[in-house]
Amino acid sequence: MVYLLCLIVFSIGIYGVLTQRNLIKIILSLAVAESAINIFLVLLGYRIKGIAPIDDGTAANFAGAAVDPLPQAMVLTAIVIGLGVLALSMVIAIRLYHRYGTYDITKIRKLRG
Amino acid sequence: MDPLPLLVAVPLLAGFVLPLAPKHRIRLTDFFALVTAAALVVLAIAALRQPDCAYHVGGWGPRAGGPPLGITLVLDGASKLMVLVIAVVTFAVILYSPSYMARFTGKRKFYSLFFMMVAGMNGVVLTGDMFNLFVFLEIASIASYALVAFGCQKQELEASFRYLVLGSIASYMILLGVGLLYAKMGTVNMAHLSSKIDAAGGLAGAGPVTEAGKASALLIFATTLFICGLGLKAALVPFHAWLPDAHPSAPTPISAMLSGLLIKAIGVYALTRVLFSVIGMAPESVVSSVIMTLGALSMIVGVFLAVGQWDFKRLLAYHSISQIGYVMIGIGLATPLGIAAGLYHLVNHAIFKSLLFLNAGAVEYRTGTRQLDEMGGLNKRMPVTGSTSFVASMSIAGVPPFNGFFSKLLIILACVQAGRWGFALAAVVVSVLTLASFMKAQKYGFFGKLKEKWQHVREVPTMMAASMILLALLCLATSALMFKGPRDFFLGHAQRSLTQRQRYVDRVMRPTTADARESTERMD
Repeated sequence: MVYLLCLIVFSIGIYGVLTQRNLIKIILSLAVAESAINIFLVLLGYRIKGIAPIDDGTAANFAGAAVDPLPQAMVLTAIVIGLGVLALSMVIAIRLYHRYGTYDITKIRKLRG
Repeated sequence: MDPLPLLVAVPLLAGFVLPLAPKHRIRLTDFFALVTAAALVVLAIAALRQPDCAYHVGGWGPRAGGPPLGITLVLDGASKLMVLVIAVVTFAVILYSPSYMARFTGKRKFYSLFFMMVAGMNGVVLTGDMFNLFVFLEIASIASYALVAFGCQKQELEASFRYLVLGSIASYMILLGVGLLYAKMGTVNMAHLSSKIDAAGGLAGAGPVTEAGKASALLIFATTLFICGLGLKAALVPFHAWLPDAHPSAPTPISAMLSGLLIKAIGVYALTRVLFSVIGMAPESVVSSVIMTLGALSMIVGVFLAVGQWDFKRLLAYHSISQIGYVMIGIGLATPLGIAAGLYHLVNHAIFKSLLFLNAGAVEYRTGTRQLDEMGGLNKRMPVTGSTSFVASMSIAGVPPFNGFFSKLLIILACVQAGRWGFALAAVVVSVLTLASFMKAQKYGFFGKLKEKWQHVREVPTMMAASMILLALLCLATSALMFKGPRDFFLGHAQRSLTQRQRYVDRVMRPTTADARESTERMD
């Protein structure tokens, strides 16, 4: 059920990328889609009433109680990568604004596609 | 010394160290870039001489009976071949870059991004871990987005933005696919995944009734995501829209790298690796048909779009889509001959397409134009560029003594052998159209009457010429892969490493505690 929510958020992001005309809004939509995937990854490792995956010897059934740490590690990496892409896309958008004086992609059309 | 981790570490280090060089000593940076590229060639050849092996980063190898704990790098036939191609083309492009990039500011940043892209590509080729594949893919992709926008002109920024948006969506699809695989199989190690998928029955037997059926349905979804995501990186036809803008817009050395290597390393090779080594693609299966259909579509659509182009680099970009189609048909066949032929064409295309882009850049460097109808008769003033571009054109069009002929012949033979007559016919027709298109490029660009305004055009500097001659010689030399000895050494080995799934699994999963490592290497 929660996974379905992720899919919905992801779809919202993709919908935004496809329909928005403003460069900044496209970038934000990309960020929304990316967060959806990240949440999905974190949820994969989550278990209800799970404990932090740090084995200090007090938990009786550590492997059975702790949440899965691997998706968390992967999500951290994915977030950093997402940040890099986001920063680069913002820089390109700002440069585009300097060249064209607009953020509207329908007015930025030098190439034939 | 194990060359495996160095193949990723050396370009990554160069990427961060080169921009530290003093600004006024730019020749020093050029020199070190060249040394790094040469070191990569040496490492790739050293890797070629090694037996197939797996390297466990940080020593987190598998304990007895268990899966590897950390990230694994795997060296086998296919990755050896790719690493060598990447190293050789990188070397040629670096040889070409100092003179060409002199008119750009920020040459050190160019080298920095360039080597990060190379590190990413080598990583994708060598990695044995799905999530690590995603990470290296992103390293290579982000560097390439930035490099497309390097000139900061209107077209470049626009092409880069489009490429970035589409590329990011592709990356999310791949990440989602990795997540789904992890959710069902509980591992991201390719070899471990492969054995678990085999145990779950693979792609066959989809259906929501049984637990295995659910796993299989999820696997189909993940496979679709990988085909879409990696297909977009490889610019297969429904996902090709970004390529004709992005590749010509970049500075020429980067166009050569993008068209010659990037779409292959992070697109075709990654897709091949995932489909064969992880998911398991059989000949005559649905996945095989999908890949072949995508390949045929790319081949046909690409060449038709290319025929009408007058911008030299844009024409080349469309031909890249078309030639990638050939590679995908060969690999999609999934028969031993098909895979070998596909890989052969991949190698050839890497060489002649990067050469063609370097030719286009050489003409632009001296005349300042990319329009074919504005050139004319340049053979007289630029003999090296003219003759090397003739070699490359004949290679891509598939004219006998050159490498393109043999790989296309093998692909067509493989199609016929598998009984796919339609694909064989399409391959022949597209080859004829490619020839027509390059006849046009040669006629308008290099033959015919020399125009008045190009009377005083000179040949390009020695380094650029040397790089083009090197690649032109390779166009002839790779024809030798047709003969039995070299063919078996390079292509046969690569093909076996993709089709023999169990051997791939054994290589990675073999327990390698410190003392067992020596025996591991001897066993291969």
